[in-house]
Amino acid sequence: MDNNKGSVWVIAEQGKLGILDVSLQLIGKARQLADELDSSVEVVSLGYECNLIGTQLIAAGADKVYITDDPATAVYQAELYTKLISHLFIQQQPNIVLIGSTFMGRELAPLLAATLKTGLTAHCTDLCLDDKGILEQKIPAYGGMMTIVCPEKRPQMATVAKGVFRQQEIDNTRSGDIIPIEIPVDFKARIRTLDIVNEETPAIALESAEKIVAGGAGAQNIEGWNMIEELATLLGAGLGSTRPAVDEAWTKINTMIGQSGRMVNPKLYIGIGLSGEQQHMVGIVDSDIMIAINNDEQSPIFKQVDYGIVDDCQLFLPELIKKLKAHQEK
Amino acid sequence: MFKIAVCIKAVPDPELASKIKIDPKTGSLIRTNIPLAINPLDRNALEAALNIKSTQGGEITIFSMGPPQADTTLKQCLALGADQGILLSDIAFAGADAYSTALTLASGIKKAGDFDLIFCGVSSSDGATEWVGPEISVFLGLPVVTLVSEISEVTSELIQLKANIENGYRKVEVDLPALLTVTMELNTPKNLSFSGIIKAKKKEITVWGIKDLDISENLVGLKGSPTIVTEMKPMEKKRAVEFIEGDRVEKANTLVSKLFEAGII
Repeated sequence: MDNNKGSVWVIAEQGKLGILDVSLQLIGKARQLADELDSSVEVVSLGYECNLIGTQLIAAGADKVYITDDPATAVYQAELYTKLISHLFIQQQPNIVLIGSTFMGRELAPLLAATLKTGLTAHCTDLCLDDKGILEQKIPAYGGMMTIVCPEKRPQMATVAKGVFRQQEIDNTRSGDIIPIEIPVDFKARIRTLDIVNEETPAIALESAEKIVAGGAGAQNIEGWNMIEELATLLGAGLGSTRPAVDEAWTKINTMIGQSGRMVNPKLYIGIGLSGEQQHMVGIVDSDIMIAINNDEQSPIFKQVDYGIVDDCQLFLPELIKKLKAHQEK
Repeated sequence: MFKIAVCIKAVPDPELASKIKIDPKTGSLIRTNIPLAINPLDRNALEAALNIKSTQGGEITIFSMGPPQADTTLKQCLALGADQGILLSDIAFAGADAYSTALTLASGIKKAGDFDLIFCGVSSSDGATEWVGPEISVFLGLPVVTLVSEISEVTSELIQLKANIENGYRKVEVDLPALLTVTMELNTPKNLSFSGIIKAKKKEITVWGIKDLDISENLVGLKGSPTIVTEMKPMEKKRAVEFIEGDRVEKANTLVSKLFEAGII
């Protein structure tokens, strides 16, 4: 299919509390792209016991919603989800498909792209249309921004993390069509999800934290990391990290901020012992005040913050923690 | 005996990769001779294969698509315990995106025969898309589980494992043959041993080009890539830094006052 006016789709994921925020944010973006293209927004959402989902998706901006309401689709099942959605896409010929960079999205998106023989851009931090209506997909790379397009194959597919786009206002007066999808009766799965186990979530949800303290390789060791953690606790800040800190096992992957981690939107960001790699920095959306502590005066982080302190964090943090405690006792 | 394939990528040494920058004038990459290294997560993929080989018996074949000099990286895998290596290398493969990389690797794996298990790292340190593993599974018609963090049971028919999800994990059972993409939590890769290096001298690396594969030239490399990079721009830096000066005590004091003035503490 070679028109750039076709519909803009979102694969909306359902969690325990209904439609995920990232999916609603993507519907808002899809609405904007569809309006520019003079086209429609269509959403597919697979689940079970979810009869209000359709109206909720329409209120969020969808014109047409395709849903399942079946125990077979109660949780994500790679093969069945791929089969149902790719079948729908072959019938409906979407122009653009947006998917949240969740664990499900990161597995389902390449399964769909390969099945549909089309391109897929990972973890975009911006999306816009060029003058021909082709989707420009922006990703951070090599200390800058890269624009990727999928000029010929359709759909144009992209994954986007939670927090990249803002959710649009819910309009309960909107109307649209809700279309059920049939589930094949004799589907035999080679992959079976036996159980889903939720572990503890971070003490302070990073996405909604007003303050973020993030650490990186410059912590040097677990002792240094503990100092960063103590500072975060003292400030009542969410604790974030960069890839090297996760690789060193000082912290869990769910604290990682950035393109393939979490997107945050704090008032205060303090980056400690990290160099300001784009993959991390794009995760910090519009922080009011940014501070960096790094022992290398030449570190690129100092080009991206308001206040800089050049020091070894293991030597500086104990002093800062002491002063903060003294301030709090006043 | 398990026939196991491991897909690896020779990437610019991740320790040095931040030296690659975009030239602000030309918009192309400035590469300062950065040596190639095995993509860190692919070490975990190889280790997973080695564990199955040592407990259940098996034969491990390494697959990689890359430039001729990537054979050094494959040799390292042989020294670590893999049995043979196949390097897909041809000028026609250059410029491939995730889709055409996966298609090329899948044709190489198909040509080499049937495998019970295929391991990939979740993502590469330089591309970081996470797409190649699952896309290979589609092209080979195999089931896939991504983000595998634990393998609990392996029989000749199926494998039981844990895979990461947001704030937790899922327990999954998958029929073999299957493809798995693995995380760093799965295992701790062992280091090279002297005896491994000696044994690897007898092992072979086979190089296959486009003519060796059952795939059209139009489907590989830049030509076969659905996506293209149209622009690279250095990031604009919007903030002007004010360095807080003084000795350690003064710096801490100044920072605390700045936070207080801003109403943050």
